[in-house]
Amino acid sequence: MSKILKNSELDISTASSIVSETLNKCDDGELYLEDSKSESIILDDNKIKSSSYKSDLGYGLRAITGEVVAYSHSSDLSKKSLNESSKNLKSTLSTSNGTYNFEIKKTNKKYYSEQDPIEEKNFKSKIEVLNQVNDYVRNKNSSVRQVTATLLGEHRSIEILRSGGELLSDDRPLVRFNVSIMLEKNGRKESAVYGIGGRQNYDAYLNEKNWKDVCDEALRIADVNLNSKPAPAGEMQVVLGPGWPAILIHEAIGHGLEGDFNRKKTSAFHDLVGRKVASEGVTIIDDGTLENKRGSLTIDDEGTPTEKTILIENGILKNFMQDRLNARLMNTRSTGNGRRESYKHVVMPRMRNTIMLNGNHSQEEMIKSVKKGIFAVSFGGGQVDITSGKFVFNCTEAYEIINGKVCSPIKGATLIGDGPSALKEVSMVGNDMMLDPGIGTCGKAGQGVPVGVGQPSLLINKMTVGGTQL
Amino acid sequence: MLVYSNKLSEIVDNCISNAKKKGATDVEVGIVKSTAETVSFRNKKLDESDRSENIELSLTAYINKKKNSVLSSNLKTDNLEKLIERCVEAAKITPEDEFNSLPDEELFFKNSDELDLFDETHLENNQKIDYLQEAEEVAFKNKEIINTNGSSFSESKTEVVLGNSKGFKNGYNTSNFTAYCEVVSKNNGSMERDYEYTSKRHFEDLLKPSELGSNAAKFAIRKLKPQKINSGKFDIIFDKRISKSFLNYFSSAITGSSIYRGTSFLKDKINKKIFSDNINIVDRADIKRGNGSKYFDNEGVKIQNLSLINKGVLNDYLIDTYYGKKLNIASNGRSGGTTNLYFENGKKDLKDLMNSSKKIFYVTETIGHGTNIVTGDYSLGAGGIMIENGEFTYPISEVTIAGNLNQMFMKMVLANDLQFNYSTNSPSVLIENMTVAGK
Repeated sequence: MSKILKNSELDISTASSIVSETLNKCDDGELYLEDSKSESIILDDNKIKSSSYKSDLGYGLRAITGEVVAYSHSSDLSKKSLNESSKNLKSTLSTSNGTYNFEIKKTNKKYYSEQDPIEEKNFKSKIEVLNQVNDYVRNKNSSVRQVTATLLGEHRSIEILRSGGELLSDDRPLVRFNVSIMLEKNGRKESAVYGIGGRQNYDAYLNEKNWKDVCDEALRIADVNLNSKPAPAGEMQVVLGPGWPAILIHEAIGHGLEGDFNRKKTSAFHDLVGRKVASEGVTIIDDGTLENKRGSLTIDDEGTPTEKTILIENGILKNFMQDRLNARLMNTRSTGNGRRESYKHVVMPRMRNTIMLNGNHSQEEMIKSVKKGIFAVSFGGGQVDITSGKFVFNCTEAYEIINGKVCSPIKGATLIGDGPSALKEVSMVGNDMMLDPGIGTCGKAGQGVPVGVGQPSLLINKMTVGGTQL
Repeated sequence: MLVYSNKLSEIVDNCISNAKKKGATDVEVGIVKSTAETVSFRNKKLDESDRSENIELSLTAYINKKKNSVLSSNLKTDNLEKLIERCVEAAKITPEDEFNSLPDEELFFKNSDELDLFDETHLENNQKIDYLQEAEEVAFKNKEIINTNGSSFSESKTEVVLGNSKGFKNGYNTSNFTAYCEVVSKNNGSMERDYEYTSKRHFEDLLKPSELGSNAAKFAIRKLKPQKINSGKFDIIFDKRISKSFLNYFSSAITGSSIYRGTSFLKDKINKKIFSDNINIVDRADIKRGNGSKYFDNEGVKIQNLSLINKGVLNDYLIDTYYGKKLNIASNGRSGGTTNLYFENGKKDLKDLMNSSKKIFYVTETIGHGTNIVTGDYSLGAGGIMIENGEFTYPISEVTIAGNLNQMFMKMVLANDLQFNYSTNSPSVLIENMTVAGK
C-alpha cells in the first residue's frame, strides 16, 4: 500500500509493472518516491524576516547495470512521465544483460517516530518562541547589535518500490533551531552561531532551558571572540575539544572511507584495509542507529536498514561505508550508507553519525602536555580533497596554549592537515566523548544531507595553523 | 518582446487572482521550469546518465504589511488551492513589517535588447559521450594521468515566468551547456587531482574537448610531488580560478542586508576608497550570451548596470526592494544577487607580475571557508606552485594563507588577462606580503 501514490493519478500496480519491466535485465535499481514538507521561519533584525512552507513531491527511477547508472527524475507523478523515464533509462542501458538482485535486508527497528514536526506545533507559537529568543539575547547583553533566530522543520516520507513489487518505506522528521548573533564593543565586531536539532518534534528542543542554553552559548562564543588576538601561523600541537570538532574526523577520514572513492581507487585509503591508519587507541564508527539523532536513519535511501559500522578499530582500517552499487562491485555488503539529498539526486555512499570512541586521557592532561599550541573548542565548516588527502577546517573558538596553560583567545584560523597522516599524529584520546548538538550538513557532489559527528578531546602532535602571526 | 509559455503564464495569473480572492492584498508568483540531461563518463566508459524535469512554483502573499511564502513542485490545481489557503492564513498571523512590499511600479522591467541567452541545440547522449571521450583520450595521452574522477557533460534548458498583482508579468528562456573533466595524476606515490570546466549559454562557445582534457591533465600533473614550504611572508599571485572569489567576498559584503544589518566589513565605506586607484569593478546584466545575464531580477525589477568600484572608490550597494526601503535607496535590481560581475583588466601582463619579485607563491587552489565577512579576516588552506625568478619551479601543498580583506583589497594589483568564463570573472591578482603558514 503506497501512501505517496494514494493521492496521485499513478496507481501502485501500474508503477510496479513499469519498474519491473524497466529493470528486467539490470543488476539493480528501484523507483524512489518522496513526499516532503518543510518550513522555515526566520527572525532577523527584530522582525520576522521570512516564513515559508514548501511541499515537494516527486520520483526518481534508477537502473544499474555493471558500473553504469541511469537515472531519471521528475516532479510529475504520472504514468506518462514514468514511462518517459523508463524509455530514457532503457535507451542508456540498451545492451544491458544483468541479473536483478532481489535481496534486501529487513528490519522492524525504528530510530525515530513518524511525527510531523510542522503540524505538531502551531505557527503562532513558533513565532512567539523566536520573539522570546530575540528579547532574551538583546536583554542579556547590551553589546548585541544583531540577532538572527531560525526554525527549520521537515517531514519526509519516502518509499522504495523494487522490481517484483516489494515496497519499503520510512517517515523522517527533522528539526533545527539556530541562533546567530553579532556583538559590537569598542568599535570591534564579532559574530557567533549556535544551534540544536534532530529527528524529533520542535518541543523536544524548544523548552525554555534548551533555547536559553543555545542563546547563552552563542553569546559566550561571540564574547570570547571580541577579545581574541591574531592567531599564530605555523606547525604546532593542537588540542581539540569534544563534540562538534569531530568534523575533523568527518573530513580527514570519513570521506576517504566512502565506498565510491575506494572502488574508483581515487581515495588515499583505497588499498589500506587491514593496515594501520591511525594511532593505537583510535576507534571510529559510523552509526545510523542513534535514536533521534540528525544523522540517523531507519533505512537508507535504497531501503537497506542502517547499522553501526566499524570503520577503524584500534588504529586498523576495517570497513568502508557502502551503498548497494559500490558494495556489489567490491564484493561486499551494503552498510546502509546509500543516501541522497532528494528524489532529484542519485544515491551515493554517505556518512550518518561518525564518531570516535573514548580513550582514557583527560583534557586537562592534554593541555598540560603542550608547550606551544592551540586549543580548538569549536569550528565552522570543513573540507577535504579526497585524492591528496588534504583537509581543512576553520576555528570559530580557539585559544593559545603556552607552557601547559590555556591563554588568550585567538581569531578564527584555518587548520590544515593530511588525512592519512593526521590520525597517526593523535597522541592522546580523551575520556569525554560528546556528540554534536545536531547541526551538521555534509556536502558531496552538490548534494547536502544531514549528518552527526562525535568525539572525545584529542591531542594532535602536529597540524598547520593558518594565522597571521609568524 | 521576450518569449515564454502561455500555460505557465496562465498558472501565474490564476494563482494571483486566487490568492487575492482569499484575502491577499498583493501577490507575487514565480515559476521556474527546467529540464536537464547529464552524462558522466569515467575511465573511457559511460558511468551515469541523469535526466531531470523540475518545476517549482513560489508564491508570496501580502496582507498589507504582513507576508508569507509557499513553494511547491506540485502544480495541480487542488494542491495549489490548499497551499494558497495555507499561505494566506499564515500571512494573517505573521507580524507586520513596515518594509514589506512589492517593488514600485516604475522600477519594473519593461523591455530590452535581445541578450541571446537561449540556444535550442540538443545533444543526444551519444554526442555528449563523444565529447567526453575525446577530452579523456587527450588527458590520458599523458603517462602520469592514471585515472579519472569523472567527466561530465550537461545540457539544461530553463524557463522563468514571474508575475505580481501590480501588473508585472514576464518571462524568458535560457540554456546552459557545461562540460567538466577531472583527472588523477600519479608519480612515485604522490597522487593529485585537478579539473577543467567550461560552461556557456551556447554550445558553440564551449571549450573544445581536446582543450578541456589537456588543461585538466596539465593542472593535475603540475601538482605532483608537492612540497610543504616553511612559514613566512610571501607575495602571492592568485590564479584566475581563485581570484574571482575576492569578488564574491566583496559582493556579499555590499548587499543591502549586510550593510543594513551592519554585519559587513564594508559598512560605512560608501564613497570611500577601498581598493587602489586603478581598480574598477563592474556588474552588468546585459552582456550578450553572458553566463550571469538576466532580463530582470527575482522581483521583476530592471537590473541597472553598476560601476560598483570606480578608481578604487565604492559607488553602490546591491539593493533589492526590502533593503532598499530600509536604507531609503531605490532597488537596483539585485534581488537574486550580482549578474556578470568582474574586475576590469589591469595594466600589467601576468609575466610582469611573475617577475615582480624573486620568489612568489602562485596559488591555484584554496580549500575551506575561512573568510569572515563581518571582520574581513581571511584564512584558507592553499596549494599552488612556487615562482622563482619569473619561472614556475615546484608545486606546494598543505599550507594556509591569511590576512584581512581590508588590507588585501588595498594592495591588489591586477593583470590584464580577464576572460569571461563564469558569471563572476577576474584577471590574475597579485597581493604582496601575505602570511603563509607551512612547516
